[in-house]
Amino acid sequence: MCGIIGLHLRDPDLYPRLGQLLDTMLAGAVERGPDAAGIAVYGDRERVPEGHSAVSVLGAPDDPAAALGQLLPAVTASRAGATTVITAAVDPEALAAAVRSVAPEAKVVGIGSELVVYKDIGNPRELAETYDLASAHGWQGLAHTRMATESAITPEGSHPFSVGRDLCLVHNGSFSNHATIRRALRHEGIEFDSENDTEVAARFVAACLADGDDLEKALHRLGQEFDGFYTLLVTTADGFAVVRDEIACKPAIVAEHPRWVAMASEFRSLAELPGISQARVFEPDPGKVYAWQR
Amino acid sequence: MAALSNHPDDTASPQDSARDGAGVHTVDLTTATVRTLNAELHAPTARRYRVLSPRGAHAVAVGVDDELDIHVEGDVGYYCGGMNQGGTIVVDGSAGPGLAENMMSGTVRVRGDASQSAGATARGGLLVVEGTASMRCGISMKGVDIVVGGDVGPMSAFMAQAGRLVVCGDAGDGLGDSIYEARLYVRGKVGALGADCIEKEIRDEHRSELAELLTAAGMTDLAGDPAALAEFRRFGSARRLYHFTSERSGSY
Repeated sequence: MCGIIGLHLRDPDLYPRLGQLLDTMLAGAVERGPDAAGIAVYGDRERVPEGHSAVSVLGAPDDPAAALGQLLPAVTASRAGATTVITAAVDPEALAAAVRSVAPEAKVVGIGSELVVYKDIGNPRELAETYDLASAHGWQGLAHTRMATESAITPEGSHPFSVGRDLCLVHNGSFSNHATIRRALRHEGIEFDSENDTEVAARFVAACLADGDDLEKALHRLGQEFDGFYTLLVTTADGFAVVRDEIACKPAIVAEHPRWVAMASEFRSLAELPGISQARVFEPDPGKVYAWQR
Repeated sequence: MAALSNHPDDTASPQDSARDGAGVHTVDLTTATVRTLNAELHAPTARRYRVLSPRGAHAVAVGVDDELDIHVEGDVGYYCGGMNQGGTIVVDGSAGPGLAENMMSGTVRVRGDASQSAGATARGGLLVVEGTASMRCGISMKGVDIVVGGDVGPMSAFMAQAGRLVVCGDAGDGLGDSIYEARLYVRGKVGALGADCIEKEIRDEHRSELAELLTAAGMTDLAGDPAALAEFRRFGSARRLYHFTSERSGSY
């Protein structure tokens, strides 16, 4: 199973309600994935102040801000469950490099200037409280509830996979040739944090975007390379995209409204969104990429 | 592809379960659980039911085994009307995957759209989707009649064994893949046919059957319009895959 939810807000008046709306959506996805949950929030200036970057870390040392503060300006660190979010007034890659230098054993699981990622194992409702999801504001967010199939129940194996600047990918399904593609990507020098099949897709998309592809093209390329079944939601600093494989046995429902675009694994998660009765609600066609731009 | 429409405004009564003067038992799913609803339907104390505010809940009105009238006012999730036997279930909204799965008899009608696998493995009864149905509509149908007012998605009537499927709109690719004896009628465009599914001549007896099915589905305007009936095409099994032979393995 696994449950996916995502919300892309078009109306700035809704930005303060992002977390509350996501929290309601998440409630409809809990039974689909009780093993773990992760969230990503874009544009929350309380969590990533203007001019700062954020790096989400698993296995961070107790007081990462102390060591980082000697290298970088305006460092803060806050812990929520397994995830520690570190911010600093430098660009995201510099912050990630500094984190790796002071805590080489820690794993960076989110990096960006718009984005904060939290992931952990456990009941999604409890994790939403741990992450203080309801208080989040911003213009876009997504969450995933995991029913583990292809790798162990660990924080590293939880979604979302965020392996490029402001990039997030969540997945319902599994890939059957991920080991082959992982080997090929490793051969190109790309490093992995887990044995999870979804991480391979995230690294692949990140590599396509680094090649200059847009999100739509990257997901078409993914469809040509990956075997298996999937519904994917991929978000970037300005994009929101949904794709299903050609057989499309994994569910997905999209609702498009003048004030927002939302997708979820089931209608249950969309039922409480403001104005849902005026939204255009549809199931994505097999193999077709649906993308929205900010 | 299925465009799932929206639930009407919530008009739930404050009580979760109540009987009005006309003997209609009302269950409000904002306060009652689906388990409570289905327990009531399995040991019914009324003949008519209203189900309020389902909001995409799963397994609404599953396993009905009596001639009950059940009116669901809103959108439902997975498996609504599954295993129905004798019930007349109307959903005033849209339905998620597995609608009326394995229905034996009775009627399930959805006024909006249905997600994938509507009528899967159903052995009897009538399933009506007034809007569109998504992929794999009628997969492995075994005797049910399905009438869809709009389109059906790819791979519909896959491995269909018996029954009739009427599609008033278009059908996606792979229609009737590995079909046995089910009969398919499509008014609109049809994508690439699945393995062993062919177009067949439509004779007077088929037009009569089609008119009967449309009438049973309440689409009497269409049923009484000879010009509209003439637009339907018939599809069924070429019966080449009944017995496996290696020469035909490429057809699978």
